[in-house]
Amino acid sequence: MTTIEVEAVSRWFGNVVAVNDVTMRIGPGVTGLLGPNGAGKSTLLNMVGGFLPPSTGTVALDGRPTWRDEQIYRGVGLVPEREGMYEALSGAELVLANARLHGLPDARGAARRAIDAVEMSAAADRPLSTYSKGMKQRIKMATALVHDPAVLLLDEPFNGMDPRQRMQLMDLLSQLGEQGRTVLFSSHILEEVEQIAGSIQVMVAGRHAASGDFREIRRLMTERPHQYVVRSSDDRALAAAVIAGGSAFGVELRADPAGGGALHVQAADVGRFSHALPVLAAQHGVRLFEVAPEDESLESVFAYLVER
Amino acid sequence: MGPGAVIARLTVSGLLGRRRAAVLVVLPLVLLVLAGVFRAVGGQDLRTAVLLLSTLGLGTVVPLLCVVVGTGVVGPEIEDGSILYLLSKPLRRSLIVLSKLAVAVATSWALLVPSVLVAGVLLVGTAQRLAVAYALAAAVAAVAYCALFLLLAVLTRNAVVIGLLYALIWETTIAGVVPGARVLSVRQWAYAVAEAVAGDEAVRQGVDSDVGLTTSIVLLALVTGLASTYAVRRLRALRLGGQE
Repeated sequence: MTTIEVEAVSRWFGNVVAVNDVTMRIGPGVTGLLGPNGAGKSTLLNMVGGFLPPSTGTVALDGRPTWRDEQIYRGVGLVPEREGMYEALSGAELVLANARLHGLPDARGAARRAIDAVEMSAAADRPLSTYSKGMKQRIKMATALVHDPAVLLLDEPFNGMDPRQRMQLMDLLSQLGEQGRTVLFSSHILEEVEQIAGSIQVMVAGRHAASGDFREIRRLMTERPHQYVVRSSDDRALAAAVIAGGSAFGVELRADPAGGGALHVQAADVGRFSHALPVLAAQHGVRLFEVAPEDESLESVFAYLVER
Repeated sequence: MGPGAVIARLTVSGLLGRRRAAVLVVLPLVLLVLAGVFRAVGGQDLRTAVLLLSTLGLGTVVPLLCVVVGTGVVGPEIEDGSILYLLSKPLRRSLIVLSKLAVAVATSWALLVPSVLVAGVLLVGTAQRLAVAYALAAAVAAVAYCALFLLLAVLTRNAVVIGLLYALIWETTIAGVVPGARVLSVRQWAYAVAEAVAGDEAVRQGVDSDVGLTTSIVLLALVTGLASTYAVRRLRALRLGGQE
């Protein structure tokens, strides 16, 4: 059982602040590090993995700082996002090489068990250069698991995987978490994270925006006011009806640069608004041309979380 | 198989892949072909042999081949990120650097020593000790060059370009012409070894170093030791994570 301790950590590159005063403790089980691209997830994972010194603050595993201490790797497995992996070797050779680099007494046995765990036995003897992205990802997992580490760090492990491969990897990570390992993986996709992560740490623009289990994160995301763009045959009449109906905090009529106009609605309750709008339109003889959520991108959701 | 041997094996698999292997074979071949041509045209001539082995052999083929090998044992792994499989292990960084240096030195010896030896024999036959002298000089120069270029690859992503510029501008040109610069040239230190082995006749024909043998050996050892030590230090603090 190992705890990852990130204490008041910042990391900057020149004038760019990649990680800004982040403090978090990550215990056994699966934790998802969620955030849009460029949020500082990889930088944080690199610091946890001992490949980058924090500019300020400390990153430690059970109190032991990770930077410049190669002995931490006895208990840490890393699955990098990058693909570089000695392509002339076969999958089995790479995993065996990793077992030997760890100085394991039964390197062959450990390599075989790790390959079995990621279900790559059938293709293990093929050269890595012939592997699909998902197969490479699984062999990377096997190299990280070969020494039975207490901590597993994975950078965007689901990138480029097809749904079946994704399911397999999710099952494997869940099992590893249930075994009491501390599994930390980064992702920019909420659905990936909430399926397997018992706990979620949200990062946005280098800052630690939120943390908790997926229900808390979901609640934070769904409770926020939703913006809709509505185009209709009579925006003015519809605006009055929506406000009178009470399902929106505010409406705004904006002219379109392309000509025409649109109604921007700040809905109080998504479910109520989406039921009320067609009814109100019908009652007032207004035809709806378009109803679209304005800010459903992940970035805007994260941005909302940070502003809180 | 111990960790050192595994590192060496992974290094070899990266080094001998693709275009690099072709470049490695071409350089010694150029030396051999030219030696063959000179032999066919001019017969065995000591002065020609010294000129060819000094300028083309020690002055050009040795540093260029060592640029390719020395940077090739670590540069591509840093470039594609696969070095992470070595760095994420509880291994002393000195073991990683020394294993890679051993591969670089063994590879450059395997390619340089026989080709310089054969070129020397083609040019002057076996009566003179010239072939052995230059082969030995190439061997000691290769150790220092490999250590220097390995360090360069740990320090910068542009190691090959900088290494080539260093080899061509400093070792081949400036250190061959400017007297003061010769003292700080791996090529001159290697000459001192060749000079000591070659015998009086070869020395009269121009196998002549500006630096004494003892000084040269000390400097070669010092450069190799310092470059390797610094490479270990830098590898310990190698930052894989850049900006996102």
